[in-house]
Amino acid sequence: MSVIILLLIASISVASLFLFAFIWSVKNGQYDDEIAPAVRILFEDKPGGKRERDLLAEETLNN
Amino acid sequence: MSKLTTSPAKPRCYHCGEDCNEETFHAHDKDFCCSGCQMVYEILNQNGMCDYYTISNNPGTTRKVKVREDKFAFLDDGKIAASLIHFRDETQSHITFYVPQMHCSSCLWLLENLHRLEAGVLSSKVNFIKKEVDIVFDHHSFPLRKVAELLTSIGYEPYISFNDMGSKKTTIDSSKLYKLGVAGFCFANIMLMSFPEYLGIDARERNLLTVFRFANLFLSLPVFFYSASEFYTSAWKSLKHRFLNIDAPIVLAVWVTFGRSVYEVLTGTGGGYFDSMSGIVFFMLAGRVLQDKTYQQLSFERDYTSYFPIAVTRITDEKQETAALPDIRLNDTLLIHNEELIPADGIITRGKALIDYSFVTGESLPVAKEMGEIVYAGGKQTGGNIEILVIKEVAQSYLTKLWNRNEESGKPDEERSFVHLLSRYFTVILFTIAAAAATWWYFHDPAKIWTAVTAVLIVACPCALLLSNTFTNANILRRLGRNHLYLRNAQVIEDIASADCIVFDKTGTLTTGLYQDILYEGEPLQEKQVKAIGALAAQSTHPFSKAIAAWAGNLTRHKVTGFREIAGKGIEGIVDGDLITLGSASFVTQKEQMTNDASQVYIAIEEEVWGRFKFRNHYREEVPGMLQRLGKKYQLAVLSGDNAGEQAYLRQLLGYEAILLFNQQPMDKLEAIRTLQAQGKKVMMVGDGLNDAGALQQADIGIAVSESNNNFTPASDAILAADQLPKLDRFIRLGKANKQVVMAAFVISVLYNLVGLFFAVTGVLSPMIAAILMPSSSISILLVTYGLSNYFGFREKLK
Repeated sequence: MSVIILLLIASISVASLFLFAFIWSVKNGQYDDEIAPAVRILFEDKPGGKRERDLLAEETLNN
Repeated sequence: MSKLTTSPAKPRCYHCGEDCNEETFHAHDKDFCCSGCQMVYEILNQNGMCDYYTISNNPGTTRKVKVREDKFAFLDDGKIAASLIHFRDETQSHITFYVPQMHCSSCLWLLENLHRLEAGVLSSKVNFIKKEVDIVFDHHSFPLRKVAELLTSIGYEPYISFNDMGSKKTTIDSSKLYKLGVAGFCFANIMLMSFPEYLGIDARERNLLTVFRFANLFLSLPVFFYSASEFYTSAWKSLKHRFLNIDAPIVLAVWVTFGRSVYEVLTGTGGGYFDSMSGIVFFMLAGRVLQDKTYQQLSFERDYTSYFPIAVTRITDEKQETAALPDIRLNDTLLIHNEELIPADGIITRGKALIDYSFVTGESLPVAKEMGEIVYAGGKQTGGNIEILVIKEVAQSYLTKLWNRNEESGKPDEERSFVHLLSRYFTVILFTIAAAAATWWYFHDPAKIWTAVTAVLIVACPCALLLSNTFTNANILRRLGRNHLYLRNAQVIEDIASADCIVFDKTGTLTTGLYQDILYEGEPLQEKQVKAIGALAAQSTHPFSKAIAAWAGNLTRHKVTGFREIAGKGIEGIVDGDLITLGSASFVTQKEQMTNDASQVYIAIEEEVWGRFKFRNHYREEVPGMLQRLGKKYQLAVLSGDNAGEQAYLRQLLGYEAILLFNQQPMDKLEAIRTLQAQGKKVMMVGDGLNDAGALQQADIGIAVSESNNNFTPASDAILAADQLPKLDRFIRLGKANKQVVMAAFVISVLYNLVGLFFAVTGVLSPMIAAILMPSSSISILLVTYGLSNYFGFREKLK
C-alpha cells in the first residue's frame, strides 16, 4: 500500500514538473510567435552552401 | 501595372523582383530596378551576406521611393528616444521596431544577423507574427538613430508612430493559457486516480480509496477556484447587466458538481464527479483559447495615433528643431517634408502643397493647395517642402476628431449571440426535468431526490453548446483568415451572417484608386508621338502621368528637355524638338473651359490641341460579378465621395433598388448608415480610408479593405485583403453555415445528454458512466464541428 502512495507522489511530481515547464514556456513568450522558431532552426550558421535546408525553411514558412 | 503595356519580358530586379520599368541599373552581373535596391545589394555583398538572396528569391522590397536623409534625426532627441527604448543600462539598450516590410524567411534571417553588419548591434530577434524586431544595441558606440538608419539602409525602414510613445509593450493576455494548463494537469491526474472508483477495488484496501478520493478533492481545488474563474467573471458580468448568458448555467453546473462531490467524499458515500467537472472546464477552456486565438498582429482598434509620425520639424526663430507630436501648439510653424504626413490642420505659409489624401479618402489623385489655403491633418505632402501654421491642435483636427468620436458609439458586447438565447431555453427545460425528477422521487423514495436533482444538473449543463460554438467559431475564423479575411472576434461571424444591407465605399474599395482605364479622344496620334508623350509623362509622379506613361509604353528612350511641372495644372517639355503640353483643360488650351473635369487630361503638341485622355477608376477584378450576385439577396448601397460621373454604370450593375449617393462627406456617410439602421436594417459597411472610419464604426459590421496587411486600416470589425473582395458573398455564406454547424453539433450532444439524463433521473448515474459520457460527447462535438465547417468551407471553395 505504501508503495502505491509513493508512486502516487512520484507521478504527481513528474506531472507537476511538466505543468511548470508549460507555465514557464508561456511566460517566456514561446507562444507569442509560432512561425519564426520553425524557420529559424533551419538556417545555417555559416554563410554559403547548404541551400537545401534554406529552401526547406522557405517551404516551412509558406505552408 | 496596366494591361495596356505589352512590352516583352523586362529584366527583373534581383533585389525586389519588380519589373525594371524606366531604367535598369546593371551591376555585379545583376539587374536592379533602382539605385536603392542596388545599394542594399552592395551593402550585403560587402559583408558577405548574400545568403539573403539564396534563401528566398527576390526577397527585398522596392526602394524607388527614397527615404529622406535626416528622416530619423528626431531619434537624437533624448526625450523621444527614451520614450521608445524599453530597457537601458550602462552598456546596452533594448528597442522594438515595427518593420512592416518583413514577409519571408530571408527577412527573418537578415534581421537576426544585423550584428554581422554592424558591431554596435549586439543581438536582434524577430517576432514574425507581429512583424517586430527586438534589437539590443550598444548606445555608446551606436546611437538609436543609427540603428533606425541601418535598418533603412538594408530596406527595412522601421515604422515609428506617435502610438509607440508610451513605450508600453502590449502583452498578450496569456492568463487563459495558464488556466488551461492547470486544468489539463488536474484533469489528467484526477482521471488517473479515479480508476479504482470506476473499476472497483479490493475490499482490504478500502482506506486506499479514501486516499485517492481526497487526492482528487485536493486536485480539483485549483480547477474550481482558478481555472473555472474564467466562467465566473463572465457569468457575473452578464448577470450584473440583467442578462443570462451561457456561462451562468455552466457555472451552476460546475458548482453543483463540485458541491455534491465534496459532500460525497467528506461523508464517505462516494467518489464524486471531480473528473467530469475538471474535464468540462478543460475542454471549454480549450475551446475558448482556440476561438480567441485570432490575429494578434492585426490591430482592429487603431486610432489616429498609430498613423501619425512621432515627431515633426518645427521652425522657431528661423531655426529647425524636432518637436514631439504632443508638444505642438497652436500657431507653431511646421516644416513638412516630401512624403510626410500633415499632423495637424494648418494654413500653408510657404511652398506649394500637393496633398495626397489617399490615406483619408482612398482617392489617389493629389490635390494642389496654394499659400494661404487650409490643409487637413492626415494628408501626405508630395513634392517639395512646405511650411504650415498650425490652426488646430493635433487631437482637435478635423479628421482626428472624426476618429475619436468612435468611443461614444458603444456597441453592446458579445451578448447578441443566438447561443445565449438557446442556452436559456435549455436551462428552462433542464429545470423542468429536474423538478419532475424531484417530484417523482418524492413519492417513491425521498432519499434519492438530492441525488437525482444534482445528477440532472451535472449531466445537462449546456457545456456541449458552448463547446460546439467555440470550436466551430475557431475553425471558421481560421479558415477565413487563410482567405485573408480577419475578424476581430467570433461574434463577427454571426453578425456577418445576419446583415441584410451591404454598403460599399467606391474609391479604393470597389475601384483600385489607380487610374488605369484610359480612353483617348481626338486626332489620331502617330506611333512616334505616342512614345514622345509617354516619355514626357514618365518624368512626373502624378498618377495621371504614370498612367499615360504606362499606356504609351516606354521601349525607346526619348530625351526630354526643358521639363516643367506646374503643380495641380500640368506638365510640359520638349521631346524630340516638339513642345508637348499635358494637363488640365485651362492649362493646355490657355482659356477657361466650361467644364473643367478633373478626370481629363488635354494634350497639345506645339501649342496645338490634339485631344484628351479620359480616366476612369479601375474596378477591381471580378467585383462587378460579386455585386450582381449579392444584389439578388441584399439591399446594396454605394456611398462615394466622388461626383456622380459613374452613376449610370453603377445603376446598371447594382440594379434599380440600390441606393447610390455621391459627393458624400465623412459625416454624410455616417448619417446614411444611421438612416438605414433606423429603417431596421442590419448594415454591413465595406470601406477603406479614414473618411469611412465613422461609417465603419456606426455600421453593425464594419469591414476595412486593405491593399496589404501592412497597410493601416481604420478601426473596424474585420479586415479584408483587397484582392479577396470578390469572395465576399462566399464569406457571408460561410458565416451562415456557422450557425448550422453549431446546431448540428449541439443536437448530437443532446443525444448524449439524453442517455445521461436517463441514468440521472433514475438515480443511478455512476461516476464511470459520467466519465465515459463526458469526454466522448466532447470529442464527438469536436470532430463534428471540425468536419462540418471544413465541408462548408470546401463547398464555398475557400481554402
